Amino acid sequence: MIAIPSIPGFLREPNGPIGKPVNRVDGRKKVTGDAHYAAEFTLPDLAHGCIVSSAIARGRITRIDTAAALALPGVIHIFTHENRPSLAWFDRKWKDDDAPKGSPFRPLYDAEIHHALQPVALVIAESFELARYAARLVHIEYEVAPHQTNLRANRANTFTPGKDKGGFQPPPKPRGNPEQAFLDSPVQVDVEFTQAAEYHNPMEMHATTVLHHDDGTLTVHDKTQGAQNCHTYVCNVFGLPKSAVRVMSPFVGGAFGSGLRPQHQLFMAMLAATQLKRSVRVELSRPQMFSFGHRPETIQRVALGADRDGTLRALIHEAVQESSRNENYVEIVVNWSGQQYTCDNVRLDYKLSRLDVHTPQDQRAPGAATGVPALEIAMDELACKLGMDPVELRLKNYAETDPNTGNPFSSKELRACFQHGAERFGWAKRTPAPRSMREGRELIGWGMAAGVWDAMQGQAAAKAVLGVDGKLVVSSATADIGTGTYTVMTQIAADVLGLPIEEVTFCLGDSSLPTAPIEGGSWTVSTVGSAVKAVCDRVRSQLVTLAGKLDNSPLKGVAEADVLFADGHLIVRNDRSRRLSITDVMRGSGTLSIEEEARALPYLLARARHTFATHSAVFVEVRVDEDLGTIRVARVVSAIAAGRIINPKTARSQIQGAVVWGIGMGLEEEAFTDHRLGRVMNHDYAEYHVPVNADVPEIDVLFVEEHDDMVNALGAKGVGEIGIVGVPAAIANAIHHATGVRVRDFPITLDKVLAGLR
Amino acid sequence: MAQLKASLRPATAPPPEPIPVTLTVNGVERTLHLAPWTTLLDALRLHLDLTGTKKGCDHGQCGACTVLVDGRRINSCLTLAAMQDGRKVTTIEGLTTGDALHPLQEAFIEHDAFQCGYCTPGQICSAAGLIAEGKASTDDEIRELMSGNLCRCGAYPNIVAAIRQAMAAVATKAEGAP
Ligand code: FES
Ligand code: FES
Repeated sequence: MIAIPSIPGFLREPNGPIGKPVNRVDGRKKVTGDAHYAAEFTLPDLAHGCIVSSAIARGRITRIDTAAALALPGVIHIFTHENRPSLAWFDRKWKDDDAPKGSPFRPLYDAEIHHALQPVALVIAESFELARYAARLVHIEYEVAPHQTNLRANRANTFTPGKDKGGFQPPPKPRGNPEQAFLDSPVQVDVEFTQAAEYHNPMEMHATTVLHHDDGTLTVHDKTQGAQNCHTYVCNVFGLPKSAVRVMSPFVGGAFGSGLRPQHQLFMAMLAATQLKRSVRVELSRPQMFSFGHRPETIQRVALGADRDGTLRALIHEAVQESSRNENYVEIVVNWSGQQYTCDNVRLDYKLSRLDVHTPQDQRAPGAATGVPALEIAMDELACKLGMDPVELRLKNYAETDPNTGNPFSSKELRACFQHGAERFGWAKRTPAPRSMREGRELIGWGMAAGVWDAMQGQAAAKAVLGVDGKLVVSSATADIGTGTYTVMTQIAADVLGLPIEEVTFCLGDSSLPTAPIEGGSWTVSTVGSAVKAVCDRVRSQLVTLAGKLDNSPLKGVAEADVLFADGHLIVRNDRSRRLSITDVMRGSGTLSIEEEARALPYLLARARHTFATHSAVFVEVRVDEDLGTIRVARVVSAIAAGRIINPKTARSQIQGAVVWGIGMGLEEEAFTDHRLGRVMNHDYAEYHVPVNADVPEIDVLFVEEHDDMVNALGAKGVGEIGIVGVPAAIANAIHHATGVRVRDFPITLDKVLAGLR
Repeated sequence: MAQLKASLRPATAPPPEPIPVTLTVNGVERTLHLAPWTTLLDALRLHLDLTGTKKGCDHGQCGACTVLVDGRRINSCLTLAAMQDGRKVTTIEGLTTGDALHPLQEAFIEHDAFQCGYCTPGQICSAAGLIAEGKASTDDEIRELMSGNLCRCGAYPNIVAAIRQAMAAVATKAEGAP
């Protein structure tokens, strides 16, 4: 056990805002239309850009004729690879914080077409409608080259990637003798899973507005999960000094990973603004939201061997995913299978197959949302074969320490998730046989699955300014994509300094603020929250020092550890009548403001010796119409172990939203590629189905108690991803329980169920 | 390799000339000179700087652009501004009275019925239309009749809870009225 330093008193004040279901501090702005997103800033000289997308999946442009478009009055310029200015040469200049190994895509670079809907021209006009009209008049001729977009046809054409992306760990070496152990196992499951490519499709389409100021500086309003990531990118690509550009993203209309890398609308808007020396906005259309990163299509095999009592003897998990020709997009898919259950014979294998597609992109719980469901369906199949309760089987093979590394978990309350989730759901009333529960024509199925996600932490800095009026402003260049960052950071700051929430303002989404990494992977509370705590701790120390120096101070000689901060006061812990207000301390000491900056790092030593993860147990009821095969999720209980929950209200929303994503993955979301054309055919919201209100039932979220003083000074692990992880599997397992039909191909649409029912 | 010629070369027509369009937006009469191909959504966002109304697809598939026209909810991207000449348009900005929030806006905050907030103005305007229609009395009816408004963040359960609460508040108010 490693001792972690922490300020006594912090998090021990029962009335502090941490752990309270505080309403979103940006809520009023969002419900009144006062929250402004990337396409909602303007200057009088604003010009509008419309991107022309490639009509082919691979080949080259032989001719671009822009004459008809340029002839329209009000069309300002059309950018193509033929007339673009010279830009950064080296790949390194085009890399961003989330770029995998390879050569990043460069828009308008040359005549080559690498993927469908590749941007090939940018029309700039005085109005949006005109730009869109003119874009249709750009005439392009292509020489078509053969393309490969079909993963199933290319599944044998693979390679094993290395450590090709930040945060990616290749699978651990095999342990034991998995092949032999599998053959020797009396009970076996050996199955294949497929899962369609999914597109992020945040509600706000990707957009960038570049405001060109008179002094030549640029303010870039971009849809991004990392203002500084985009800032570095545009400065590198366009050869601009850092001081000449400021990237802002105070409000982001969802992203789910689509904003982790600079997307091409940013490049396009910057290109036009720097060349034309005026303000420019470029907004993608909904079909163009299918022109870049996506959750990759995946083919998996899971083989489980077990003794008759359910003890796992062999576990083999293999995955093949698509990547592009130019980059090795990798995500952890199979590693968790070696971590979730105790098993002596394990082989995990991960491969990529290159296709003529845009590089895939992290999407909510990247890898885990793909790999864990395959494992969890296989576990359900094993439970069926054993005639064992699925929860029992998981408890039987419960990993008390991480079997991949042999390290202990910093904390792991998955057992409590099973117990409380099952109780809340009423799991004990389940009759195990498939098709054994029904109501009229509806077959009822109860299924469950477990989930896991890493509890990561990066490095971040934060700044705090406390004014003599007792108002605190804290800032860090992180993002709030709907996750609640504004609110939880405000709570953390208010908690440390004992201030009312209303007295604290948190600023984010601005490249000029203290350094923070891209917001993703559920690491923001851990990463930025720790920096916010650290900087507020410094302000706190200063206040104690100042208070001690005041004449007749009731705090004279009191050690910092003995001072509580509450209600805007410094209070002596064991004599609460001895107190001073923060404003009195500042005024009394002639301090107009206290300014501090601090950086927080992960506890590296603890991290080297422990596994840090969030866990979940998901229970789902589905109802399947026996005649029509229609599937309805009727209720969901999601029990989550994620350390301390800073704000149960916003955290619950995160889990609910992720469950909705799990419903999408399980039942609805699927990009259909016509492989003759190499392009996604259902590229809009009408044909690419995401869950609507009527698809979503009550979602019961439970946070189990989980104490963790190793994960960070807050004890919080983050909740953005874990909510989706078990859901698709729980749905698939429930469908099997309802119907006896086992579908191993996501999404599970009614045709697949009907085929089995017949 | 085969040459792919674009077979459909769209005919070039000159862009249309602006025409006057008069709308009463949030109680204020506004006359705009708009090219007739301008949607109501773009008229609001680009010409009146009322960016509270959102664009999520521009094709009537998401509901982010929902506004009330003469009290009825419509997708403002699916209608040209010129087609609404002379009508009353209420956007999210028009639901507040001074500093006071509409019961729906309050309920949305209280129930955390949004995350990124991008679908929210459309959800709230749509819910206002729904309440006025008086067709929904159960949660399932709310779900069904709000299904034209996508929320990619998946705030649906909280959206239903917020609408349920606001609906009750509006009903109580109506009962209390003379
Ligand atoms: S923007 Fe109008 S329905 Fe999507
Ligand atoms: S709150 Fe983000 S789309 Fe609804």
